[in-house]
Amino acid sequence: MLGFVPHRQPTNHLMKGLHMDLALFERVSEHEWCIKPFGKMRVPGVIFASEALLREMDAKVYEQVANVAMLPGIVGASFAMPDAHWGYGFPIGGVAAFDADAGGVVSAGGVGFDISCGVRTLLTGLRVEDIDKVKARLAEALYRAIPAGMGSTGAIRLDATEMDRMLKGGARWAVERGFGSEADLARIEEGGCMKGADPAQVSEQAKKRQRDEMGTLGSGNHYLEIQQVTDVYAPDIAATFGVKVGDIVVSIHCGSRGLGHQIGTEFLKRMVIAAPGHGIELPDRELACAPIDSPLGKEYLGAMRAAINCALANRQILTHLTREVFAQIFDKHLPQARLPLLYDVSHNTCKVEEHEVDGRIKKLYVHRKGATRAFGPGHPDLPKELRDAGQPVLIGGSMGTSSYILAGTEQGMGIAFGSACHGAGRAMSRHQALRNWNGSRVVDDLAGHGILIRSPSMRGVAEEAPGAYKEVGAVVDAADQAGLARKVARVVPLVCIKG
Amino acid sequence: MTTAARWEHFPHQADIGVRGLGATLAEAFEQAALALTAVIIDPAEVAPKEMLRISCEAPDAELLLADWLNKLIYEMATRNMLFSRFEVQLDGNSLSAQAWGETIDVARHRPAVEVKGATYTALKVAQQPDNTWLAQCVVDV
Repeated sequence: MLGFVPHRQPTNHLMKGLHMDLALFERVSEHEWCIKPFGKMRVPGVIFASEALLREMDAKVYEQVANVAMLPGIVGASFAMPDAHWGYGFPIGGVAAFDADAGGVVSAGGVGFDISCGVRTLLTGLRVEDIDKVKARLAEALYRAIPAGMGSTGAIRLDATEMDRMLKGGARWAVERGFGSEADLARIEEGGCMKGADPAQVSEQAKKRQRDEMGTLGSGNHYLEIQQVTDVYAPDIAATFGVKVGDIVVSIHCGSRGLGHQIGTEFLKRMVIAAPGHGIELPDRELACAPIDSPLGKEYLGAMRAAINCALANRQILTHLTREVFAQIFDKHLPQARLPLLYDVSHNTCKVEEHEVDGRIKKLYVHRKGATRAFGPGHPDLPKELRDAGQPVLIGGSMGTSSYILAGTEQGMGIAFGSACHGAGRAMSRHQALRNWNGSRVVDDLAGHGILIRSPSMRGVAEEAPGAYKEVGAVVDAADQAGLARKVARVVPLVCIKG
Repeated sequence: MTTAARWEHFPHQADIGVRGLGATLAEAFEQAALALTAVIIDPAEVAPKEMLRISCEAPDAELLLADWLNKLIYEMATRNMLFSRFEVQLDGNSLSAQAWGETIDVARHRPAVEVKGATYTALKVAQQPDNTWLAQCVVDV
């Protein structure tokens, strides 16, 4: 059912795709590459990247960006961020907005399985010299306190009533239950509570899958890191964010756990089966979607928003556990270690936002799949104290390499609905990584560089070895130069708890 | 089990693909389930102590494969179990199966990664030129 034949289809579609053919694009500017509409594409495709990043990008991204452009009601263009790679249906790093009034769709595939997977960064008030002597103790204590990896369970069990309250309330529910403070909520997208969540649309199976998973980190690329700020690029914004060179911060990367995965699984199937009845021709079954105004579309939105709240509540509980560990270790001699929240961003979401389209403000359903919301200065959704600086955009690197803090820009609001990249992206498969690295040796090597890794699985560590990921610096530079978000600071890990 | 029965993984840039091969479609589904377990742990390290019955149905064989793997992912997550032996019976697009496994012991099993879901990417169920069956898809980890 593909509406076109890709110019360079790999002979075996199961192999890693070929690198990108630049001749397929019109170069609009240094960092913007356009795919002119062809076949059933309703809008152009746009990839933001340096020439080097685009050249290295999997050719599958081209096909996926074009496929998304075929979906009903898409507005503007089908976008891909500089870290884009071959995903499911949407490329990972894909952004697309839909207009309900123009028959627009909401796509379970476009949000993905790990709904609202995201990153939050906590300030600590500590300096690198405060950490040195207690680093190993801190690593052990965090590893004991944070349930990580498959088979780990959280300490919190929710009964049916409390589960529904959590799904409605998100991080606000968590704060009301004593996990963190009111001040945290202003530093989370949606004020920590996604409106329109409908726990009744979340299946019993999804709720059951979450029963033992509140306050757990998960596995794969999820982590909790203690990081040191090594560089500041925009001192004024960094000062507003409260970061300076030598500061210690903590970052947590995880999502909506089993509940989100189950919702993604169930609605993907339902939307694939219902698509012909909705008159939707899917260029790829993974792009499963339903009209925003259809009963199925509304049910998904209610369930997906509940999963966003689950992710926000989960990161809030993990924050509380982290604060408890820091309090145990630092309370006596460094009581300033209180760990206020800098910001919390979500990567896999569909959100209703107002954006200017052809000079008019429109209400759009913005899908970000492996992409970060990056609202610019002055946006009303930002807390007062961040409004002049723009939204903090937290970009996770791989285990053992840099992560970055960026800020949303005014220019970015007009480019890709206020969106930026989200991370490094894998450079090779898990399989290849296992062949290249031994987990224990990766841990030893990183320890030699002052980075302590704690993980229940050495095979997991090998699969997530730093060399298995692309260099995130190039991705961040491209996002900065394309005007999507502005580079503010660079951090490197000192301790990494890996699921 | 026939001589055609085997499983393998295939690369996907962000995740991993599972592929089962067999003399029959049911056997290919069994092998795909073994490939799923192998994403997490060597199946030889999982003792087939407890048996669980699983059934599902879907409009076509490919969606049925994704459903079968997703049922196993669900049972692994909610029962905190790993599975290493499978018997699948197919009746049109209905599947009934038995899966044998044991409770996860994190210290002993050291599971590498948790699988979030079976995707429709590189999803394929087909009889090959040599008459053996292939059942595969990418799983999100």
